[in-house]
Amino acid sequence: MREITLSQAVNEAIAEEMRRDPTVFLMGEDVAEAGTPFKVLSGLVEEFGTQRVIDTPISEPGFVGMAVGAAMTGARPIVDLMFGDFLYLVMDQLCNQAAKQHYMSGGKLTVPMVLRTNLGATRRSAAQHSQSLQALVAHIPGLKVAMPSSAYEAKGLMKTAIRDNNPVVIFEDKLMYQDKAPVPEEEYLIPFGEAHIKRAGRDITLIATSSMVQVAEKAAGLLAGEGIEAEVIDPRTIVPLDEASLIASVRKTSRAIVIDEGHQSYGVTAEIAARLNEKAFYHLDAPVLRMGAMDVPVPFSPALEDLTVPTPERVVAQARRLCAGELIHAA
Amino acid sequence: MADARKDNDVKTNAEDYLRMYRQMVRIRTFEDNANQLYLSAKMPGLTHMYSGEEAVAVGICEALTDDDRITSTHRGHGHCVAKGAAFKEMFCELLGKEEGYCRGKGGSMHIADQSHGNLGANAIVGGSMGIATGSALRAKLLGSDDVTVCFFGDGATAQGLMYEVMNMAALWKLPVIYACENNGYSEYTRTDEIAAGSITARAEAFGIEAHQVDGQDVLAVNALTRRLVERARKGEGPFFMELMTYRYHGHHVGDINREYYRSKEEEKDWKENRDPIIRFRAWLVAEGIASEAEIEAMNAAITEDAAQAVAHAEAAPYPDASEVDMHVYAD
Repeated sequence: MREITLSQAVNEAIAEEMRRDPTVFLMGEDVAEAGTPFKVLSGLVEEFGTQRVIDTPISEPGFVGMAVGAAMTGARPIVDLMFGDFLYLVMDQLCNQAAKQHYMSGGKLTVPMVLRTNLGATRRSAAQHSQSLQALVAHIPGLKVAMPSSAYEAKGLMKTAIRDNNPVVIFEDKLMYQDKAPVPEEEYLIPFGEAHIKRAGRDITLIATSSMVQVAEKAAGLLAGEGIEAEVIDPRTIVPLDEASLIASVRKTSRAIVIDEGHQSYGVTAEIAARLNEKAFYHLDAPVLRMGAMDVPVPFSPALEDLTVPTPERVVAQARRLCAGELIHAA
Repeated sequence: MADARKDNDVKTNAEDYLRMYRQMVRIRTFEDNANQLYLSAKMPGLTHMYSGEEAVAVGICEALTDDDRITSTHRGHGHCVAKGAAFKEMFCELLGKEEGYCRGKGGSMHIADQSHGNLGANAIVGGSMGIATGSALRAKLLGSDDVTVCFFGDGATAQGLMYEVMNMAALWKLPVIYACENNGYSEYTRTDEIAAGSITARAEAFGIEAHQVDGQDVLAVNALTRRLVERARKGEGPFFMELMTYRYHGHHVGDINREYYRSKEEEKDWKENRDPIIRFRAWLVAEGIASEAEIEAMNAAITEDAAQAVAHAEAAPYPDASEVDMHVYAD
């Protein structure tokens, strides 16, 4: 199978859906000729024109609000939020407006829009361009949240998001845009709420999102050398969450670490760990561990920044302790 | 009203004038009943009365078709009635009943009636400005000739979102009309204490044609709106209107002792000397369009209609408990 980059995968997904459905359009800062700073959208304006690939002023609440209105009245906008950190700027439009219209109207209004943005630290971009804020939006009923872990998922999830009748936030890891993966030439979609077992194992489950799937896979490789067989599961969407697959895995392995690059406290890892405790408690041989980003603003200095995110080595260390029974009585 | 009468664009059909009168009285009657429901503790929560501002909603909405969209505000009953909503579903919504426009999930501050182009009231001040502008962007992109009117109050001119979306609307010549209902008060504070400079100049800074009009004169409002709507359909938008008006009640129904920010003399002056319904009624009689007896009969019919709708709503069932988690997501 051919291999393409995550960036190309996103580009292909959007182009295919724009060809298929004339109501799909794209708007955001520098999305047209510039194709975004990451060049993910290069070439789209040449094919679809400036009517459907719209460069906006630097007005995030304004253009996200406009996407909500366009979606409520018959279009399918994809808004590009250049950095995930800018979510704080658009919270009212996303969480008070987009997320609630369907419910507040008793099911009459729908908001079929996609907000594509990114996450991920270690790009030496400091505290306001490095955050992973998926927990913020996953907390809001009415929003769906997708977190592709490779080019394959990026394409299939984007196409599903565009066809979904709800507001969907997609987080791409900005460090993965040039990572290649096998992606079929023929069309495919990835349904929301279906986790994918990346690697099967019997001793411990590593549940990981986005680029943390790579971290988990590397950790699983290292653990195999020590005789520990780790199962790696990617939920692919955290809303909806394929709870059943996660629970089934943990019932089998009886141990779990949940890895996500958002801040650890009150985060995605905490939510998943809580559900495992509620629904797989009697199958657990050890507490479910969370591994998120440290609860600090992302520092600039590489010497500090690299300490703040989960790494394969740290995952291995924790998995080893779990499997050895060291954490059973941990305070 | 003399100026409006001379205007060639004003509808010359007596039926249209009578419908405008009827719609204004329907709004006033709706509000009187809503206020009673609050005072008699039959209505959950609070509501914000539109009484006194009827000529604004009716003058504007009578210039629109069902395909034209509006976005409304927390003080939104007037817009909803003027855009074609029925009493029964509105009172049911106010009381949280299943038959309400939003199946009781929205309430007073979120009534939406998309069958008449009402995209819903919004409880965030200025919160719908993006939605209205996005609806206009959709019209332009999809080649539809509908126009969107964005209702908001003078208080909302203090929100940054307004400036972001007016900028984009002007850049892209969108068919949107910003209708600023200046009732002199931003909640419990005089407008001149929160707004520096002129309101219309805010729009003019973006090159948007702006008009100030007497919001107590339904014919003047209607004539101006008809002109602007026609031009907006031809791609000459956006436009901005500042409608000088007055709210008879407090910020909400519970804001009763309000002399610390507004005198009783001022309220009396507006009610006795500038009431939009009294003025228009006198004009209808003077012009021989309706007799006093015909008007009294019309008023009585509306009063009866409202009483029946209230009685129906009071007796109507609440939504079933099974609806609580329905409509969070669209299929």
